[in-house]
Amino acid sequence: MTDQPLLAFDHVSMCYHDDSGETEVLSDFSLRLMPGEFVALLGPSGCGKSTALSLAAGLLRPDSGRVTLRGQEILRPPQHCGYMLQRDHLFPWLTVRQNAALGLRVRQKRLSARQKAHIEELLAACNLTEFADAYPAQLSGGMRQRAALVRTLSVEPDFVLLDEPFSALDAQTRLRLSDEVRQQLRGCATLLVTHDVSEAISMADRVVVLTRRPARICAEHAIDLPGLPLERRRDPRFREEFDRIWKELDVHEQ
Amino acid sequence: MSNREENRLESPAQARYRRLRRRRERWIQLSRCGILLAFLLLWEGLARFGVIDAFLLSSPTRMAQTLVELTRSGEIWPHLWTTLSETLLGFALGAGLGILLAIALWWSPLLTRILDPYLVVLNALPKIALGPVLIVWIGAGMPAIIAMSLLISGIVMLVTVLNGFLAVEMEKRTLLRAFGASKLQEFTMVVFPGALVSTVSALKLCVGMTWVGVIVGEFLVSRAGLGYLIVYGGQVFQLDLVMAGTAVLCLLAALMYLGVAHLEKRLLARRG
Repeated sequence: MTDQPLLAFDHVSMCYHDDSGETEVLSDFSLRLMPGEFVALLGPSGCGKSTALSLAAGLLRPDSGRVTLRGQEILRPPQHCGYMLQRDHLFPWLTVRQNAALGLRVRQKRLSARQKAHIEELLAACNLTEFADAYPAQLSGGMRQRAALVRTLSVEPDFVLLDEPFSALDAQTRLRLSDEVRQQLRGCATLLVTHDVSEAISMADRVVVLTRRPARICAEHAIDLPGLPLERRRDPRFREEFDRIWKELDVHEQ
Repeated sequence: MSNREENRLESPAQARYRRLRRRRERWIQLSRCGILLAFLLLWEGLARFGVIDAFLLSSPTRMAQTLVELTRSGEIWPHLWTTLSETLLGFALGAGLGILLAIALWWSPLLTRILDPYLVVLNALPKIALGPVLIVWIGAGMPAIIAMSLLISGIVMLVTVLNGFLAVEMEKRTLLRAFGASKLQEFTMVVFPGALVSTVSALKLCVGMTWVGVIVGEFLVSRAGLGYLIVYGGQVFQLDLVMAGTAVLCLLAALMYLGVAHLEKRLLARRG
């Protein structure tokens, strides 16, 4: 681990302010995301996980500490960042293809032939070619989230931020989609935020367990399971990892 | 998808559904016409048999006669043109300024907060009360009438459109910002298209409000126009003229509303 991290949080603290007072959401939070690594941030709801993603996306600035991308402090939304939220947020007035190109269209009026071809490839990889000219209202929940995935990947991101991207889906779609997303993100540095222990273990190379608010890192687990999420869930060691992390969460819940 | 293809071979149940559907539609159209017809017949009958005084309440035939006379003498056209141009101008200005101000207020939440009480009062105030002020300031003429309709329609437009802008989901905007969008892009790519439905329904509201403004303005100051015709008819006890003017107004307002409804259909047609 001597090489430079892609994304780094260095002793980051963050507070929200409103009329009822100050709420500390992140406290002395440090984390490194290496190139190609998939890290899951696991913690109870409302503990400040999403704030960490907003910081990485350049939407917020920390009160103290630094968030850096390849050593450079993030001051505004970085060029090649993919952000996927709980709900797909596809624009209902755009077709699937137009939605997919949204991130590129923010930066340029016309797409290059290469970018267009790339989008078509991604649509094909997500089984959406047939629905490229359909409007989001015509798609099922899983298909919509896959279209959101294409939108995330079309900017050719250096790193991807996933904010509980499966929590709004039904159980079966969730499993299938986590497999698909993991496959599409192979080799792409990813930060996943979730409160679902099995989702974290089935997808990530490393699981970082957070405490209640203000979020602090209480443990880290390297997950050494082979294959995609569905395979991993069938692995006998999956259960062991699950119990280990579950206990840890329990300790900090009390 | 496959469902629609299978439906090409229509099942008897589907055919029956469609037949009932068509019959229902016909019945609705028929009833609509029937109500108007019954109303006119009843009115005419009551006037003929002397149950109501045709001098005070006019009758459909007298109204029609007046209309024919007005058309034949050509007297109606200047009035019609005056009112129509005032309304179109008032509508364009009211809708345009309303939308522009809504954009400005969306841009600056601070400005919105500061101006909020003024908007509330202006929205609640019966704008007709400002009629005398407008006449003194602008003079008794077409500009005062347009100012009146602008006041009435513009504020409704501003408030409705602004609420539409503010109702666009925050997370959609966050998503766009994460892609590096500027505030202008945020507006053109998500806020404006996201609020298009409410903007168009605000336009429909605006049509009605503009007519109110123009007719009230004409009541107060004008020497021409349908509103003038109606007030004049009332003053000289020519109720046939009042009714004829009202009928023309009904027709014009309905046509303009249909125009906006058509625009709505075209603007929103491409959405799934």
